[in-house]
Amino acid sequence: MKTFKIGGVHPVENKLSASSPIREAALPKQAVFSMFQHIGAPAKPVVKKGDEVKVGTLLAEAGGFVSAPIHSSVSGKVSKVDVCLDASGTRRMAVYVDVEGDEWEESIDRSSALVRLSDRPELDGKTIIEKVKNAGIVGMGGATFPCHVKLSPPPGCKAECVIINAVECEPYLTADHRLMLEHPEEILVGLQLIMKAVDVKKGYIGIENNKSDAIALMKEKAKGYEGIGIVPLKVKYPQGGEKQLIDAVIGRQVPAPPAIPISVGAVVQNVGTAFAIYQAVMKNKPLIDRIITVTGKSVKQPSNLLARLGTPFQQLIDECGSLPEDTGKIIGGGPMMGKALLSLDVPMTKGSSGLLIMNDKEARRSEAQPCIRCAKCVSACPMGLEPYLLSKQSKQEDWEGAEKNDIVSCIECGSCQFTCPSNRPLLDMIRLGKSTVMGIIKSRAAK
Amino acid sequence: MVNVILIAVLVLGLIGLASAVILFVVSHKFAVHEDPRIAQVGAVLPQANCGGCGYPGCSGFAAACVKAANEGSLEGKLCPVGGQPVMEQVANILGLTVELGAPKVAVVRCNGTCENRPRQAQFDGAKSCRVQQMTGMGETGCGYGCLGCGDCVAKCQFDALRMNPETGLPEVDEEKCTACGACAKACPRGIIEIRLKGPKGRRVVVLCNNKDKGAIANKACKASCIGCGKCVKTCEKFEAITLENNLAYIDAEKCKMCRKCEEACPKGAIHGFNFPPKKEKPATAEQITPNDQTTKQSND
Repeated sequence: MKTFKIGGVHPVENKLSASSPIREAALPKQAVFSMFQHIGAPAKPVVKKGDEVKVGTLLAEAGGFVSAPIHSSVSGKVSKVDVCLDASGTRRMAVYVDVEGDEWEESIDRSSALVRLSDRPELDGKTIIEKVKNAGIVGMGGATFPCHVKLSPPPGCKAECVIINAVECEPYLTADHRLMLEHPEEILVGLQLIMKAVDVKKGYIGIENNKSDAIALMKEKAKGYEGIGIVPLKVKYPQGGEKQLIDAVIGRQVPAPPAIPISVGAVVQNVGTAFAIYQAVMKNKPLIDRIITVTGKSVKQPSNLLARLGTPFQQLIDECGSLPEDTGKIIGGGPMMGKALLSLDVPMTKGSSGLLIMNDKEARRSEAQPCIRCAKCVSACPMGLEPYLLSKQSKQEDWEGAEKNDIVSCIECGSCQFTCPSNRPLLDMIRLGKSTVMGIIKSRAAK
Repeated sequence: MVNVILIAVLVLGLIGLASAVILFVVSHKFAVHEDPRIAQVGAVLPQANCGGCGYPGCSGFAAACVKAANEGSLEGKLCPVGGQPVMEQVANILGLTVELGAPKVAVVRCNGTCENRPRQAQFDGAKSCRVQQMTGMGETGCGYGCLGCGDCVAKCQFDALRMNPETGLPEVDEEKCTACGACAKACPRGIIEIRLKGPKGRRVVVLCNNKDKGAIANKACKASCIGCGKCVKTCEKFEAITLENNLAYIDAEKCKMCRKCEEACPKGAIHGFNFPPKKEKPATAEQITPNDQTTKQSND
């Protein structure tokens, strides 16, 4: 069975919610739409206080090429355009909508009937990319990179295949798993649309072997679709990293930045993104909801919820039983790469793949001990870097040395910190070094 | 036998002579003429190599001074560690006079003590302000205040900064501070300002860096500037106080040290340093923060 070649770790899976079907979360009383739901320029609000909006109404337009528009996920009245605390822990511009009823824009097809690519022969690549762009679709795995940018390769690059990331290597999270079990055909049509958009004939769906039911079902359904292969992968974190997935599925290595996956002919999209693309192109539905896993060992009812964007996290937790008393930390995303939240009033965004509630004991880090030079972090690093060295150089502010040792290649997966027997905060320091070195490189390029 | 010795002596003698000639020619042809004054200036500098002057170490500063002297003026050159006495010595060597600005000192513009600014979260990562800054707000509700990990203390070469465990804030030892600015550069939130020390060390400063709107700033910290503008009004005559991004700033050069703004501030965010204790009504600054006034401001 295939997997990526270097590094990787095996965290305990803890997929508590794998057997709980997706259910729809209730509408919030007030939805908050942060203007920073994607990587790139923030969206620009086009509504003002007092405006009536419906589900699917444009709230904010894209603020540049690498940016995405934001649509309302609820109907009601805009109560204010003000700052809000978002999942990144900073205050950012947001549109607040007071919810009244549930009225949808008429252009959205709300039926559940499957629309195949053969039903819409007039669709061409340009139209698909345009629709994806206008629907505000971003990478749904958590990186939230605007999708249309990835579908428009830079000049000189030609895609050869599309890889769908259905790995879900983060422990606890099951949103993608459930999506595959409940909407397999929509995902396959979504993949066909991506293949058409970038004009390739070959598509793969990479699924880790711990989701055998999903692999069997997707294999069965994929028989009816030409050029699509299901690739079962050996379980290993961080297989869901773009570069690791390309290595695992087609055996090609993406060189260090500035090279991007398209340089080796691959376009990678998350399975949730493929589903969103299907809905946007075939059903005219902008990105207004997503599946989020609410889980944790003390959560009464770990669930996969189909929730509207802008719903406060507090409400999602209430839907799965109240907040456990022994809560120590609440993480937006998975335990490996997610970020601890400062408040539960933080609204859900396009990149919210999970909400993990850790109890007090799990939440605390053990005290850092001196490095014992065991080099476990070096063997765990999926990018072949030397985390102990990079962290030391960052601490000593040796930015030149860190740059020479390729700190910008770090994908911040946290395997080094996970594997360190001395509990050293390796990733904390590397992140600092990486952002500083990237700043230095940028300012050098500007000169 | 004699021949052999003679030949050896002759050959070695010739090689030696040839080498001496080459060395002589080369040392004259490629000689690097360094202004002797650079070494002289370097000798009077403190050799702390702190970089506070803006040049790479003391030798870099010495070279820059000599270069500036050749152009006729030492304006803008200042060794913050040595201050006036050292700069006068430098000027003597270079045959110039030097006019120095008033001495400066580092000021920590945050009064978010543990008491004033309750913690909402606990940061568990690497103990570094810059790492904590990457998590966004940090431990408190204030996105602009001191993070308390002591990056500035670690950077101070003169032992002039100390973390106060009771307040969780760094404190400046004014005697030791040389205003080199290393701490100001180290602070990821730019809280530390290198500011005029003032006559007799007296100065009035807004001890807050919060640029949020009044309501948010008020909620985050008891001692925050909420941008109400009362201080600006009391200072209309001297125009020393400006209000930008919901944050008041006192221009040290225009400030007349009347301390009226300090009394006017409803949040007690403005502090006077090194003033003798007031004779009458000693606790006015503290008592002038009734709650009704505060809430009124935040509702504006």
